[in-house]
Amino acid sequence: MAAKKNGPIAALGAVLAAGLLAPLFTGSAPGFYIEVLLGGLMAGVLYSLVALGFVLIFKASGVFNFAQGAMVLFAALALARLAEWLPGWIGIPAGYPALALAFVLAAGIMVAVAWVIERVVLRPLVAQDPVALLMATLGVTFFLDGFGQTIWGSNIYAINLGISKDPTFILPSVFQGGILISKEDLVATVIATALVILLALFFQKTATGRALRAVADDHQAAQSIGIPLNRIWVIVWSVAGFVALVAGMVWGSKLGVQFSIAQLALKALPVVILGGFTSIPGAIIGGLIIGVGEKMSEVFLGPPLVKLWDLAGGGIENWFAYVLALLFLMVRPEGLFGEKHIDRV
Amino acid sequence: MFYRENGQFKSSYREDQQLLGIRQDRWFIFALIAFAFLAVPYLASDYMFRAILIPFLIVSLAAIGLNLLVGYCGQISLGHAAFMSVGAYAAYNLVVHFPQLNFIVVLVLAGFISALIGTVFGLPSLQIKGLYLGVATLAAQFFIDWVFARVKWFTNYSPSGSVSTAQIDMLGWTVNTPVEKYLMVLAIVIVFALMAKNLVRGHIGRSWMAMRDMDVAAEVIGIRPVHAKLSAFAVSAFYAGVAGALWGFVHLGSWEPAAFSINFSLNLLFMIIIGGMGSILGSFIGAAFIVLLPITLNQVLPVMGRWVGMNFSTAFASHLEFMIFGALIIFFLVVEPLGLARLWSIGKEKLRLWPFPH
Repeated sequence: MAAKKNGPIAALGAVLAAGLLAPLFTGSAPGFYIEVLLGGLMAGVLYSLVALGFVLIFKASGVFNFAQGAMVLFAALALARLAEWLPGWIGIPAGYPALALAFVLAAGIMVAVAWVIERVVLRPLVAQDPVALLMATLGVTFFLDGFGQTIWGSNIYAINLGISKDPTFILPSVFQGGILISKEDLVATVIATALVILLALFFQKTATGRALRAVADDHQAAQSIGIPLNRIWVIVWSVAGFVALVAGMVWGSKLGVQFSIAQLALKALPVVILGGFTSIPGAIIGGLIIGVGEKMSEVFLGPPLVKLWDLAGGGIENWFAYVLALLFLMVRPEGLFGEKHIDRV
Repeated sequence: MFYRENGQFKSSYREDQQLLGIRQDRWFIFALIAFAFLAVPYLASDYMFRAILIPFLIVSLAAIGLNLLVGYCGQISLGHAAFMSVGAYAAYNLVVHFPQLNFIVVLVLAGFISALIGTVFGLPSLQIKGLYLGVATLAAQFFIDWVFARVKWFTNYSPSGSVSTAQIDMLGWTVNTPVEKYLMVLAIVIVFALMAKNLVRGHIGRSWMAMRDMDVAAEVIGIRPVHAKLSAFAVSAFYAGVAGALWGFVHLGSWEPAAFSINFSLNLLFMIIIGGMGSILGSFIGAAFIVLLPITLNQVLPVMGRWVGMNFSTAFASHLEFMIFGALIIFFLVVEPLGLARLWSIGKEKLRLWPFPH
């Protein structure tokens, strides 16, 4: 079946690649081009982090977790506020010790959230229509958004990882003026890479990870050899909560912890469509493609479009990811690396 | 004892197929409509019309449209507010460019334009379904939002990007007081609800339901998926477009693209989940619920706060609203997936026997 579908995919890929390279031939400075490319990659890393949570949950429980964005917001709020309050409560010095303790506590809170979701939402709805489960996670989204802002507060909070926000110039000898990158983005990339390696080790090397993979492959077979599905779901939602915490930490330190984090996480939906619902590498590569595509289209495609049709400003990045995902759905519904066969009529 | 169909015999097919088969139902509905037309204009205040009744009627219409698609045809849409905005902007442009058009004509044309756009964005439904379709409709939401925010032609080159409407003229009747607006919207909504009710018990509606229940089986018995799905998208977007035009012209008066954001789409979805999927009555109940809940919370919370000696802020009220929405969605999906409309019909069944046990 693969051979028949490679044509449209190759065509779409060729168009994307052409779009990616076109600015180089239209007189943009190479330094600026690489800056935009790197900026897109960094944004892509953040999308990948959120998309990872989606994929983990979808693989293990077949639930399309719309609430992943809300979980990111909730975890980030918990982390930011606990790090702020802990020095006052127990006299722990502010800064890294408080942040570390807050991180551990927030991870614990996310496990509790996972447990409650499994008990209250998933268990009663087991074996329901996937769309019903999607709507249930919409309910979880609203509840978590409201609950999180009620207990943690609804202003903008800072997570201070102690990294300087000053941009640095690299390679001034190669490109005129050098390339502007921020240290924060580099740290974010390192954290994301570490998280992916940690997850890979967890899935490949531990007994729990093996059980998770077994459940992902076949629920019934896994259950019949004695893997407790309910416990697996709690674990996988906890892992997704932990991923959300890391994403929230990175995102929160970059943009500040605020309600818009939950909205930005909607961008992770096209990422999983692109990468495939069941593939962790797909989530990462999809995130990078979306991140780069978005920035590139905004910077290089936006101005000509605005000039051509006399638009009131760009903002292409608001829909670029979705339209790309839509095109992708048309030619390859299972995504780049997905395995699942999609029902069609 | 009072609510049962004993002694009401059907002697023709016409009688057998009428919309409200039981006499008591008929009386109840006629009484309700008469009350809404004759009594409510004298009873309700201007605030009631502007803040509750008119928004309730218009979102009911949009919820009916979404229910036709999600509840009857089983295709999910997370972007229905975008179709509403298509209707609103289409109506605005029609009025700007053809000021002599009757408002009813504008509404219907806006509905058709919205239906066209809805069909285009419904095309992915032929390939994909379920969750994937949800993402495809999200693409519609974000893309259409962007188009109306950025392409100046649609807003008639208004510098701020927001548009405002002139007063509504219908064959010499100028609709400008809240009571007149209410009566106009009420009449339109009743007509469209009746149409929807008839649509879903006819040939098209049955093919939608067959598609929803099992698409492969539906195809085997000769229902064409292309027709069924695209007609559901078109009709649903038509309703959304008319509702959007009304929302813009009658309720808002002037608006910007943010008025039809993704949150509006999700609210519409919540209406039909809480009210009842696959039920026209449920669309009304759900719309009433979602319109009334925030207003009620804003009224009740400060009072409750005074009882327990706490001062609830408006921010807290809005967060609580989020939490209650979320909890209710989960509650209804777990306990009563068919929504409040199902409770209503259970109540009617019980009423048939009441007060006797059997």
